[in-house]
Amino acid sequence: MKIKVNGKSRNVDASPDTPLLWVLRDELEMTGTKFGCGMALCGACTVWVNGQPTRSCITPVSAVGTASVTTIEGLQGRAASAVQMAWEKLDVVQCGYCQSGQVMAATALLMKNGKPTDADIDAAMSGNVCRCATYQRIRAAIHEAAKIMGGKA
Amino acid sequence: MSAELSRRDFLKASATVTGGLSLAFWLPGTAEAINTDQFKPNAFIKIEADNSVTVISKHLEMGQGVYTGLATIVAEELDADWSQIKIEGAPADARRYNNLHWGPAQGTGGSSSIANSYMQLRQAGATARAMLVSAAAEAWKVPAEAITVERGTLSHPPSGKKAKFGDFVSQALRQPVPEKVALKDPKDFKLIGKHAPRKDSRAKTTGRARYTQDVKMPGLQTALVIHPPRFGSKVKSFDASAAKPMKGVFDVVQIPSGIAVLAKDFWTAKQARDQVKVEWDDSNAMTQGTAELLAEYRELAKQDGLVAPGKRGDVDAALAKAAKVINAEFLFPYLAHAAMEPMNCVVKLSADQCEVWNGEQLHTGDQYALAQITGLKPEQIKINMLFAGGSFGRRANPVSDYVREAASIAKAIDGKAPVKLVWTREDDMRGGHYRPFYLHALSVGLDERGQPIAWKQRIVGQSIMAGTPFESFAVKNGIDSTSVEGAANLAYGIANLQVDLHSPKHAVPVQWWRSVGHTHTGFSTEVMIDMAAHAASLDPVAYRLALLQDHPRHSAVLKLAADKAGWTKPLAPGKAGEKRGRGVAVHESFNTVVAQVAEITVKADGSFKVDRVVCAVDCGVVINPDNVRAQMEGGIGFGLGAALHDAITLKAGAPEQSNFHDYPALRINEMPQIEVHIIPSTTNPTGVGEPGVPPIAPAVANALAAATGKRVFELPMGRG
Repeated sequence: MKIKVNGKSRNVDASPDTPLLWVLRDELEMTGTKFGCGMALCGACTVWVNGQPTRSCITPVSAVGTASVTTIEGLQGRAASAVQMAWEKLDVVQCGYCQSGQVMAATALLMKNGKPTDADIDAAMSGNVCRCATYQRIRAAIHEAAKIMGGKA
Repeated sequence: MSAELSRRDFLKASATVTGGLSLAFWLPGTAEAINTDQFKPNAFIKIEADNSVTVISKHLEMGQGVYTGLATIVAEELDADWSQIKIEGAPADARRYNNLHWGPAQGTGGSSSIANSYMQLRQAGATARAMLVSAAAEAWKVPAEAITVERGTLSHPPSGKKAKFGDFVSQALRQPVPEKVALKDPKDFKLIGKHAPRKDSRAKTTGRARYTQDVKMPGLQTALVIHPPRFGSKVKSFDASAAKPMKGVFDVVQIPSGIAVLAKDFWTAKQARDQVKVEWDDSNAMTQGTAELLAEYRELAKQDGLVAPGKRGDVDAALAKAAKVINAEFLFPYLAHAAMEPMNCVVKLSADQCEVWNGEQLHTGDQYALAQITGLKPEQIKINMLFAGGSFGRRANPVSDYVREAASIAKAIDGKAPVKLVWTREDDMRGGHYRPFYLHALSVGLDERGQPIAWKQRIVGQSIMAGTPFESFAVKNGIDSTSVEGAANLAYGIANLQVDLHSPKHAVPVQWWRSVGHTHTGFSTEVMIDMAAHAASLDPVAYRLALLQDHPRHSAVLKLAADKAGWTKPLAPGKAGEKRGRGVAVHESFNTVVAQVAEITVKADGSFKVDRVVCAVDCGVVINPDNVRAQMEGGIGFGLGAALHDAITLKAGAPEQSNFHDYPALRINEMPQIEVHIIPSTTNPTGVGEPGVPPIAPAVANALAAATGKRVFELPMGRG
C-alpha cells in the first residue's frame, strides 16, 4: 500500500488495521509524532489528514487512502512558522513530549482563524493534554502567533 | 564517552568555596593522551575548536528546565556567550556525577538539581575560565590579570588582542588546573537572574527532540508485557501458541514481572499480546479494594501511632483545656504520575556490557539493579540519558521496576537483540508505584481568643521508603520522613503539636509523586488552619501571619501573594446566580516556600472554575526567573488537575482506572490565569520543580469554603 506523507508517496508494508501513528513511527521512522494514550484522548499523536487535525493513534492506515498526511516533520508555511516562533519566544515547552501535537493543532487553528479568541483556543486545543500544564503559555503563544500573522489566517 | 574517560586518571581537587564540595578534574595529561580539538577542564565542560561550549548535565531534563538552568550557571562563571552553549546528558558515573545532596549516588529528584549543583558548576565554570585566561596570557605574553573575558571573547585591552575560546583549546588543556579560583560577586552576574532562553525549545517544537520512545537501532525488537491484573499475583502458566506464529513476532518469554511479547514493531507486539493466554497464581494477590482499605485505615486512626520527631509540648493536655476543638478527617487517593511518555526503556545486552537508553532519573540505583540481573558489575551498565517526556517522580523508581523489566527481557532472549520495552498508557496507569492512599485525622484546640494551642495529627498510609534502598536513611524508628514531612515540622507557632503515624503494608507499590509527602500534608494543614481562622472569625491571611512570626520567608511570600492578589479588596462579583470565593495557602517544601491565592467562580449548578491564581515564591537566588514562573505555572496545573479529578481506586487488588478517560488530566479550558511573583534573595538557590504543587489544592478548597461555606475533606474534589 502507498500513502502520501509530507508531499511524498511512501510504500507501506503494514496490516491495514495498523494505526497511522505506528506506520509513521515504526515503519517510516518519523518519530516526531508521539504515542501518549492510544485512544484519541491526549492528542500527542496529532497529524493532519488533508489539513484536518487527526488522531493518528486510532486512524487505521487503510483509512488514509489517497489523502495527504502532514506530520510535524513536514510542517511548513506561514502559520507554522508563526506558531513555532511564538512557542520559542515564550518558552512554552517543558518536557516537550506533547508539543508536536500542540503545534499541529495550533497551526491548524490559525490557518482557519487568524485571530482566535480564548474560547476558540479552548475549543481547538482542549483535546491536547499537557501533563506539564504549559497551557497558559500555549494560549499566549497562539495569540502571539496570530499577532505575527497580522491577524490574518 | 565513558570508555574514553575510564582510561584516564582523575584528580579530586577539593573545592575552595564550600566545605565538602568536590570537583572531579582531568589530570592534564601527556600530549598523546589528549584530543587537542577539545578542552575538557573538568567533568562538566567541553570546549571545542569550533568555539562551542558543551555543558555536561548530570541531571535529567524531564521538563523542569534543568539543562538550561545548569548551563546558565556554567556560562555565567565562564563568561561564555549563551549562543555558544550546548548541553549533553552525563553518563552514569557516581564518582563524578553524584548528586551532592545524596552522597555517592547519581540521580535527579527532591527539587535538588540546581541546589546541589550551584557551587559545583560555578566552580567548574570559573576554573575553565581561569585556564583559558592563562592560555591566552601565555600565548600573548601578557599578565593574566590584564585579560578580560566577555561573552565568549578573551581580550587584552592594552594591546587590542582578542580571541575566541575555541582559539585556545589546545593551549588551555596544557594549563595546570588552578587550586583556587575566584567566583563572581553576584552583583556582577550577567546571566544568572536574567532570561536565558531554554536550549531545548527548538527541538521540542519541531519534533526533533529524542526520547526513549524514539530510539531506533539495527535489530531492535519491541517488547510489550502482560502484567498481572491484581497486585501481588504471579504467572501460573501461559499459552503463546496463537501469538508465536504471527508474522513479525520473535518470541514470547516469561520474566519475573509477567509475560513479554517481542515483535518487529509496537503494533505487531500489541496484536500478539492480545493472543497470549495467561493463568495467574493469585495465592499472594491483594484482595482488598479501596473501600476495605478505608475501613482498615479508619480503624488504625483510632489507635495511637508512632510519634514523629518534632513533637512540641503536651498535646493531649492542651486539647483537654481548649475552649474549642475542631476535628476533621482527610482522605487522599492513590495517584498515578501519568507522564505523557508512558514508561519505556531500551536495553542492549552483551557478554561484558549492558547498555541502556532511558529518561534516566536514578543512574546509580538502576546500575546496581541491572548489575544484579545481568551478573555484570555496576560500571559495566552504561546508561544513555535521554529527554524524559515528563516523570513527576515516576522515572526515579526506587526498585528500578521498568528498567529491571527491560533488562529481564533482554536476558530472557540471551541478549540476541536489543530490546525496547514499551508500556501502553494502560500498563503505565495500572502499573502501581502510586502516591499512597492516605487518611489524616486532625484535632486542633483553640483558646478563648481562637488561637491554636494544640495540633494533633494522625497520618495513616503506606511508607514510600520502606523496602527500598533508601529505607536506611529515610525511615528512622519506624517513621518514614516522607509520610510526615510538612506536618511534623509545621511552620505555625503552636505550642503543643504531635504528629503520629501508622504505616500499613499492602501489595500496591507506592512511590514519590511530585512534592511527595507535601501532596497531602500541605492540604490537610492548610485547610485546617483556614478552618481555625474561620472559627476565630479572623482573616485567614492575618491569622496565618500572626502564627508565622518566626518564619520570615513564609511571612514574606504570604504577604506578597496577598498583596498582589488584592486580598484586602473584595472580589469582583460573578454573574447572576454565581458565587465567587478566594482562598489562600502557604507551604514550604524542599526548602522553597510558596504561597498561593486562588480565585474561583461557583456556578448556579454548583460546578466551579478556578479563574486566577496569584503565586509568590522564595527559592533563594533565582537562576532563571522565567523558568521559576514556568515551574510554578506547571506545578499549579499539575496539582490542580489531580485535586479536581484524579484517583486510582482498587477493586479486589486491581486498579480500576486505565487511561485519560477515567483518570482525566487538566485541560487548557480548566487552566487558571496564573501570576508568579518572586522574592529577591541572596541565599543559595533551592528547588522549584515540586514546591508549586502543594499549595494549590488547599487554596482552591479554601476558596470553595469562602464561596459556599462547604469544606473539602476528600480529594479529588471534583468540579462541584
